[in-house]
Amino acid sequence: MAQLLTTADGRPLAEALAQAQAKSRRRAFLLVVPLLLFVLVSFVLPIGQMLHRSVYHDGFSANAPALVAWFAANPAGTEPDEAAFAALTEDLRGMQANRTAGEAGTRVNYILSESRSMFTRAAREAGDLVPPYRDAFEALDPRWVQPAVWQAMRSSSSAYTTDFYVVSADFQRADDGSLVRVPENRQIYIYLFVKTFLLSGLITLICLLIGFPVAHLLATLPMAKANLLMILVLLPFWTSLLVRTTSWMALLQGEGVINDLLVWIGAVAEDGRLRMINNQTGTIIVMTHILLPFMILPLYSVMRVIPPSYARAARSLGATSWTTFRRIYLPQTLPGIGAGSLLVFILAVGYYITPALVGGADGQLFSNMIAFHMDNSNWSMAAALSAMLLVGVLILYWLYDRLVGIDRLKLG
Amino acid sequence: MKKTLILSTALVGFAAAAQAEVTVMSWGGSYGAAQTEGHLKPFTAATGIPTRMVDSENPATPIKAMVEANNVTVDVASLEYADAIRLCDEGVLEPIDIAILPPGSDGTPAVDDFLPGAITDCGVSTDIWSTVFAYDTTKFPDGGPTTAADFFDLEKFPGKRGLRRGAKAVLEFALMGDGVPASEVYDVLGTPEGIDRAFAKLDTIKSEVVWWEAGAQAPQILADGEVVMTTAYNGRIFSAQITEGKPFQIVWDGQIYENEMYVIPKGAPNLEEAKQFIAYATSTEGLRQQAQWISYGPARKSALIEPLIFNDGKTEMAPHLPTYPDNMKNALESDWEFWVDRDAELNERFNAWLAAG
Repeated sequence: MAQLLTTADGRPLAEALAQAQAKSRRRAFLLVVPLLLFVLVSFVLPIGQMLHRSVYHDGFSANAPALVAWFAANPAGTEPDEAAFAALTEDLRGMQANRTAGEAGTRVNYILSESRSMFTRAAREAGDLVPPYRDAFEALDPRWVQPAVWQAMRSSSSAYTTDFYVVSADFQRADDGSLVRVPENRQIYIYLFVKTFLLSGLITLICLLIGFPVAHLLATLPMAKANLLMILVLLPFWTSLLVRTTSWMALLQGEGVINDLLVWIGAVAEDGRLRMINNQTGTIIVMTHILLPFMILPLYSVMRVIPPSYARAARSLGATSWTTFRRIYLPQTLPGIGAGSLLVFILAVGYYITPALVGGADGQLFSNMIAFHMDNSNWSMAAALSAMLLVGVLILYWLYDRLVGIDRLKLG
Repeated sequence: MKKTLILSTALVGFAAAAQAEVTVMSWGGSYGAAQTEGHLKPFTAATGIPTRMVDSENPATPIKAMVEANNVTVDVASLEYADAIRLCDEGVLEPIDIAILPPGSDGTPAVDDFLPGAITDCGVSTDIWSTVFAYDTTKFPDGGPTTAADFFDLEKFPGKRGLRRGAKAVLEFALMGDGVPASEVYDVLGTPEGIDRAFAKLDTIKSEVVWWEAGAQAPQILADGEVVMTTAYNGRIFSAQITEGKPFQIVWDGQIYENEMYVIPKGAPNLEEAKQFIAYATSTEGLRQQAQWISYGPARKSALIEPLIFNDGKTEMAPHLPTYPDNMKNALESDWEFWVDRDAELNERFNAWLAAG
């Protein structure tokens, strides 16, 4: 039988080695702990909280315990009986005492428009209601005995809900609880979602078309000239986003610099001034400019290390300049194109401030809807829309990984 | 050394605690300036309590966020009427006891002195403001628009229009532009056909509209020549007219007015001082002081007894106030309950309508 290898002090060698390695691993781990904590606190937690909020709203359930109990005891579709109305009375009295009728009503109003004031009004009257409660409520507001209201309350009686995703997908619940599309004139989220991805794709493409030659020039020019050019790329990159957006407003508006110039040289008539701002065109122009450095820089870092001798070799072997570009140069720049495009695209998908300022009516993107719901204190809805955007980006990332391979990404 | 350090730290801490500062959050621009000049500065002069003004695009949003996050840094906020009631119902605001409000300068108790609706459970009115439309007189040398219908008449008055991006006040205005009298606007808007009618009216000018969001943007796009007429808060146009001498003219037909409310968010760090501030700012004197800086009407009867003069010493304010009888001929009081209820639905439709290009 083979003798077990041991260290000088008689311990098995494998064990000693494992121990030593564990120690160094622990030390290495300690070094990354601050970063790990930082990522956890500033990234994982908020996103987790956001996702949680998109399926959680206790505005109604926390303030209507009696109704929650009644809904739990009676299956969906049960006609609300006197006990149900008694529970409603009890909860409304509680809401009046705690000033929470607005909160509960707001939650139900997300599903059923015009129901919020039913709650605030009924809560004010709740103290004076006498049995039979069903008739009392019917006298107060005939809507109280309609199934739609009870369906909406049942739906709100659980703090965990998919309602916000239902709305995000342009659906609503019918009186019997089934899902139906909202009327066409209120459908917006899916349309904007698709439009945001298409516009972001277009902006990425334009950035690539403009950025590629610039990056090539940067990589091949003599140092002195390349540095100068580099500063021209970086200077706007370092300038505040708001300053750049506002400058574009001055340039592009109807009475702006570009239009004045065009009128002056006679390219357009005085009353035919181009509309380049407060519409989709404005969003595309300004976002392309703002995101361009994110395309140029990764491209440049890749192009700089491509040896020029490859192209020369191809030419000396008889390839035309187009073939050289297509078969030798372009494939080598692919990691840069991938990195730049992914960067620009992901940034564009989440862009909010630029479309808000120069997008006018039809240049708004999905993120502007998120901002809109934040402004209206409907945080759950904003969270649900954010989650949609997050999933959309993750799917694209996964596709990219499958098609190109994330290990081929080169950011600089 | 260490001792002095501790001592001085303790002293600084003590000084900070003693120096309660009332932080007021309002809308910025000429309105925020009027509140600073009319309320904040005189309050500090009278009581010695320092005050600070912070701006927001709409104070209702940050207030709600602060209260939910349990991190309230604002003592007093200036809210639209519907928001003051909505947030009060949601328990976000501190109730205000009517007893802290001083009687009018003529001795009338506060309850009777304030105009109807100017005091709610959680808010006290600072002024009555209005959404009107205004045009650039240089663009219409042969006479400008005079009615809400003219705003929608692209043939008679060609040129771009400015409108606030949002359903509120825009839908009402569209109906009035379509000939619905002010008294019937909410009855019509309460029906699906009425909403369709409002959007159909907006469709007729959609291609010519420049949308604005912050109150200061409206006079700006009018001055830039981006639009020939725009809806705006009447005080902003007044400031541009009188202070900056811009050739703007307000059309009062179809104006939509409401009370602006001072409220205290729940958990305000300096609750007592905040109450003192509101009592002072909404006194006859406080309301009159603000009205000398911007053309929003005071909500106390006693503040309107003596004529109000603008701070330039010569402009009489009365004809510039939304509540002036001549300006009230076809005026609509914004219905807070309608908007509290239907805000989500109508804005969704409005956003969908806008995005449809």
